[in-house]
This record gives sequence, structure tokens and C-alpha cells, in this order.
Amino acid sequence: MNVLEIENLSFRYGNPRERAQNEVLKSVNLYVKEEESVGLIGANGVGKSTLLKLLTGLLEMQSGRIRIAGLEMKKEHLAKIRAEIGYVFQDSDSQLFMSTVYEDVAFAPRNYGKSEEEVNRLAMQALGQVCMEGQKDRQIYRLSGGEKKLAAVATVLAMEAKLMLLDEPSVALDPKNRRNLIRVLNGLPGAKMIASHDLDFVYDTCQRVVVLYKGEIAADGDAEEILTDRDLLEAHGLELPLSFSRKYFS
Amino acid sequence: MNRISEAVADLHKLDMEAGKRGWLQGIHPLAKLLVTVLFILLTVSVGKYDLPGLLKMGIYLVVVFVLGDISVKLLFKRMKLVLAVVCLVGIANPFFDREIVFMLGNVKITGGMVSAATLLLKGVYGVSASYLLMVTTRMEDLCYALQKLHVPGTFVTVLMLTYRYIIVLLKEMERMTDAYTLRAPGQKGLHYKVWGTMVGQLLLRSMDRAQTVYDSMRLRGYCGEFYLRCKKTAEKGDYLYGIVWSLVLLAVRIL
Repeated sequence: MNVLEIENLSFRYGNPRERAQNEVLKSVNLYVKEEESVGLIGANGVGKSTLLKLLTGLLEMQSGRIRIAGLEMKKEHLAKIRAEIGYVFQDSDSQLFMSTVYEDVAFAPRNYGKSEEEVNRLAMQALGQVCMEGQKDRQIYRLSGGEKKLAAVATVLAMEAKLMLLDEPSVALDPKNRRNLIRVLNGLPGAKMIASHDLDFVYDTCQRVVVLYKGEIAADGDAEEILTDRDLLEAHGLELPLSFSRKYFS
Repeated sequence: MNRISEAVADLHKLDMEAGKRGWLQGIHPLAKLLVTVLFILLTVSVGKYDLPGLLKMGIYLVVVFVLGDISVKLLFKRMKLVLAVVCLVGIANPFFDREIVFMLGNVKITGGMVSAATLLLKGVYGVSASYLLMVTTRMEDLCYALQKLHVPGTFVTVLMLTYRYIIVLLKEMERMTDAYTLRAPGQKGLHYKVWGTMVGQLLLRSMDRAQTVYDSMRLRGYCGEFYLRCKKTAEKGDYLYGIVWSLVLLAVRIL
């Protein structure tokens, strides 16, 4: 079953007069199955973040159709849809705003009216999934960049969302934290869509890759096939992942 | 470290101190809030010439500062600006009220001097009691206590968000001033020619950051109200703390 279905999704920024020139997404068709990890790749400005914002309802849809966990993207469904989506922001500092790790992870379950026992169970489970149970009482500002990213992941895991969206999750992570995040993401249940420029990271975490180019889907298929296709990547403003450059073409 | 970095660090330190595991931090926030409010109300109710009565009220601050192992030096460092304003409040009194109340050796003590001193002391007491509450209670717990007292939800939310957004604003300011300083060596502060640009940029950037924070909250089910919980349930010790201090403060004020 598909967790996410997108049909003919188009989006333009600006006022109606300027919109003709500012078309960011053009008739995008996409689906994500349950338990599937999809990498969304593309050069800067191709519409990756716009697409993620449309999926969360942070941007209002203009045309096309989005279905998430069987719910049609409409204003009246927005609260239910948001409960099914976990969005990890590129900048963890913006995502984490409570004083301690636990308070931040418990924020969503509390908002969804869970009892305090259930909140505690969900928060500890989420922290366990990212191996941060021992850091639950730490102040957010004292966490390192890698820990902040894991805490941000835990905040959405506590929602038990069916679809997790991650915007540039590997940005500003050192190799060790990056590897740790890959291990954590690969161990998580549920569908994931990872928007990233870090093609090695995408290869390590996704089975399927979608290439976005000038607002359209240029390719959609098996991660290894797409990420080793130098011509395809270069034609769409990308380059081979470093690990593949060495493995196949040195 | 520049002043903005210091301010950010100070706010974080305050958060950290409030989250420590001391006995005073362990008291239920509602008990601490009620005692603080009672203390401030009783202090304010002391007559303007009743300096001895006001000095007696200081027992609360002395005991809590000592038992809580809280630095008085830090209080004066952090609150210097507020305390400076407090000092100015009664400064004109000695000029208006010149009636001699008593003699201290050869010095004539006028009513204006006494009332200025009581005003100053009331201000210092109020600021110190609020500081004690802040340094021993996390903002979430404080807001939880306010919710328990049925303070309107909007007020609690505004308080909570203001506190969080101050940090966002200060951090943006810190980044901008750091970037400026690194490219303007030898300058003291910001040149007046860039003030306008900096303020404009700060506004835009902090609005942008604030919007992202708000988006992050909305995506996690936030609908305009914080559902706060206190880690600790009220126990005998918390009731005892509230009752004993209320009785002591009332006794000191009345007797």
C-alpha cells in the first residue's frame, strides 16, 4: 500500500501575475510505499524543499492531488495528516525549542492528547531508537550538532508517524555522526523520504531514488542504478557520489 | 566573548541552574510560585516609613539564598540593570519629604530618606525573590504552575514563547555581530552607519527563524496551547514548604 501518492502536483511562488515565471513544481507524480526509503535528489533550487513543505501543508497546494496515509490533502484533513507525518528540518536548532531533550521529544505526544504515561513511553521509545535515553535531561543547547540531529529525529519518532520526511539530514555532520545517523535511519520502521545533496548518504539510506530537475521528475528508480549513471546525474546538475566515483570509474 | 554571547550564555546558565537537582529545585513549582507571590505582596504592603519591618522580611531571602546555595554575587551581576532602575525610583523622595524622623548620631534622618530606603529595599526584595524563583524553576515548570493557578492560557503561551524567542533573537544578533566584527577588526561595537541595516536584517532574520520554529511546532500538533506537565507531583515536603513559609512570612509581617 502507498503511504504517499502525488498526482499532477504543480506549484508556483509569488502573486498570480508573477506566477507564470516562478513555476517551481510541474505536474509531479510520485508515490512512496509503506516501509520504503526514497531519496529525493536534485541540484539547488529544483523544488525539493518546496515539495516537502507541500506534503506537510506548510505551503498551500495550488493544483494536483496529494494523498497521505489515505487522507486527501485538504484543510479539514490537515491536522490528521500532520499526525501521520514527521518532518525533520534541515536546521535542528529551529526544530528543537524546548529546554531539555525529553521536553522536546514529549512535545508532540502531549499535543496529541496522550496520557502522561503514554507520553513517557513514546518519548523513551523514540530516544531509545536514536540511542539517546541517557541524555533525556540534557539541555538542548549543550548538545553537539550530531546529537541535535538525532534528538530532532527522536522528536518526530515520538509521533509514530507513517511517513518521515527529512530535509538535508546529513548537513554539518562529521563522519562519525553521519555514520551514526545512517545506522539509526536504517533501523527505523516506516516510510522515509530523504531530500539531500549528499548522494553517498542517500545511497546508504534509500532503496529508491527520485531525481528532481527544474520542477519535474527526471528519473525514478533503483538507487544503485540511478546513482551510478554518470550521464543522467550530470545532465541534471549532479555528480556521481564520491564512493561510486572511486569504485566504478577510477 | 561579546556582550550578546554573554547574554545568551547567561540565559542558558539560568536554564541549567533551574534544572539542577538541588533541594530548592526539587520543590514543586506551584509552592515556590505561591510563596514568592506572597512574599512580594507582603513586602509591598509594608508602610513607607517602616524600615525595620521591611528589614525583617529579608529573612526569607537570606534563608533561601543560604540553603539553596545561590550566589548573591551572580544576582547583582545579572540583575544590575534592573537594580539600577530600582535605585532611581525613590531618589527624589529626600528632596520632597524633609521632616526629621530621628537622629542617627549627629545626622538628621528625614522621612524622605527613610521612604527612599524602603522603596529601594522593596525593589531589591522583589527583584531578588523573582530571581530566586527563576534560578530554581525551569520556565516550563513556572508556566505549568501558572496554568494550575488558572492564569489565562494566552498569557502563559505568550510568556513561554517570549522566553524562547528572546534566545532566537539573541542568537541571530550574535551571528550577525560576529560576522561584522570578524570583518571590521579594531572597531569598538557597530559603526553607526550600519545600525539601520543591522536592525533591519535582524528583524527579517529573526522573523524567518521564528517562523521555522513555529512551523516545527505546528507540525507536531501545536494548536495554540502548551500542554505542560511537571516532572514531579506535589508531596508532603512541598505542602510543608508552602505552609511553613506562608506562616513565617505572615508572622514576620504582622508581629
